[in-house]
Amino acid sequence: MAGMNIELADTRPAAPEDILPLMVEGLAFEAGGKQILNRLDFRLEGESQSFIIGPNGAGKSVLLRLCHGLLQPTAGKVVWATTAEAKPSKQQAMVFQRPVLLRRSVRANVEYALIVRGFRGPERRRRVTLALEEAGLADLAKRPARVLSSGEQQRLALARVWALHPRVLFLDEPTAHLDPSSTRMVEEIISRIFQSGTKIIMTSHDMGQVQRLADEILFLHGGRLIEQTSVDRFFSQPKTREGKLFVEGNLLW
Amino acid sequence: MSDLALSFHVALELIIGLDADLVEIVLLSLRITLTALLIAVIVGLPLGAVIGVFRFPGRAAVTVLFNALMGLPPVVVGLLVYLLLSRAGPLGDYGILYTPTAMVVAQSILVIPIITALTRQTIADLHVEYQEQLQSLGAGPLRMVPTLLWDGRFSLLTAVLAGFGRASAEVGAVIIVGGNINHATRVMTTTIALETSKGNLALALGLGLVLIGIVVAINGLVLLTRFVAARVEG
Repeated sequence: MAGMNIELADTRPAAPEDILPLMVEGLAFEAGGKQILNRLDFRLEGESQSFIIGPNGAGKSVLLRLCHGLLQPTAGKVVWATTAEAKPSKQQAMVFQRPVLLRRSVRANVEYALIVRGFRGPERRRRVTLALEEAGLADLAKRPARVLSSGEQQRLALARVWALHPRVLFLDEPTAHLDPSSTRMVEEIISRIFQSGTKIIMTSHDMGQVQRLADEILFLHGGRLIEQTSVDRFFSQPKTREGKLFVEGNLLW
Repeated sequence: MSDLALSFHVALELIIGLDADLVEIVLLSLRITLTALLIAVIVGLPLGAVIGVFRFPGRAAVTVLFNALMGLPPVVVGLLVYLLLSRAGPLGDYGILYTPTAMVVAQSILVIPIITALTRQTIADLHVEYQEQLQSLGAGPLRMVPTLLWDGRFSLLTAVLAGFGRASAEVGAVIIVGGNINHATRVMTTTIALETSKGNLALALGLGLVLIGIVVAINGLVLLTRFVAARVEG
């Protein structure tokens, strides 16, 4: 499998220019009269796994959706480091907490994502086969996607985005509903996607997972970015009082 | 023997003996109903899906309109189609009044709103579930229409069945635009109405049994297909 990673990296079409780093400037989001996110400013570099963490209701999922373009900010902007010609929207993908799989075969689900992005012929078939192998789903290729277990479904969601070779992958608590062994498989796949050259931007409530995977932490609380720190620093000596309380499990409101 | 029992007996004889008149009427009925259904499916599925997926001004009004049209009175539709197709009407030159084509037109008008409205509901519900995921994969609303139609295929069978039920049971519109002409435009429902008023209960009852049998058989078959497919495909 390690050999396949190299093959994947080699066949990546040479991007005209990198869409990273990502700059977020004065980003705010309001819904139903409630301020969900309040003037966020940060910069994400291209070669790391960035984890957005914080208590429930901190605005983590909304932040991912704003960056990915599924939601429009009420103020501020999300700026990719490239002109519109590089089509940043085509170079990113997202895996949701509960993946929505199409009522067709496992293979056809991966195929669909590639069809939508305009892949055809042998290149499409090659990518489908490879992505299913990497996610350990090759034997299930012909099974209907909706009868898979939760763990298999999430691996299929990962295979589906992996086939696209995105420059940036957003993941919204992808293991929140999974048992420990499925969680580990999903984490392994995420690591391999990262190693093949994809920037990871992910939310999680599982601090063990955060410490296993993350390079840097963006700690959100009450719609504000409290601190952006390397993972080692955050868990040993957080810069802020809120960060310290959160790490200790004492941040109650 | 009572009237009912006697009629029942003769009706069974007609069915088992494949009475020529009866077979002719049954086949014409199926031809008209299935043609109208096919047209309504071709128009109603995409139309309903587009209303379910796209956001446009007046969407709520269009939804209410199609829901209301599901209850169109068949005799009124028959009258309107009659006015359009009669010699003096705007489409009178085609000379299709009192032909099976006219009956197909009337039934299509009755069935299209049913399939459109039920499809819109099914697709709008699916859209809520799929929208974020499909948008993330890069699918625009135009791509979502066929995707959601395919993923809603088992639920949509019910919409098609409802349309079939409407078309096969309908008498008011087809009797006005078809004229109930022997060996030309006489279908099961119009024949039942005519023969009953003439007192020829056996043929009426025989046709009634065949009609119910066909409707039950087709519904059973489709629901069985749906059940098996849904179990296999999840």
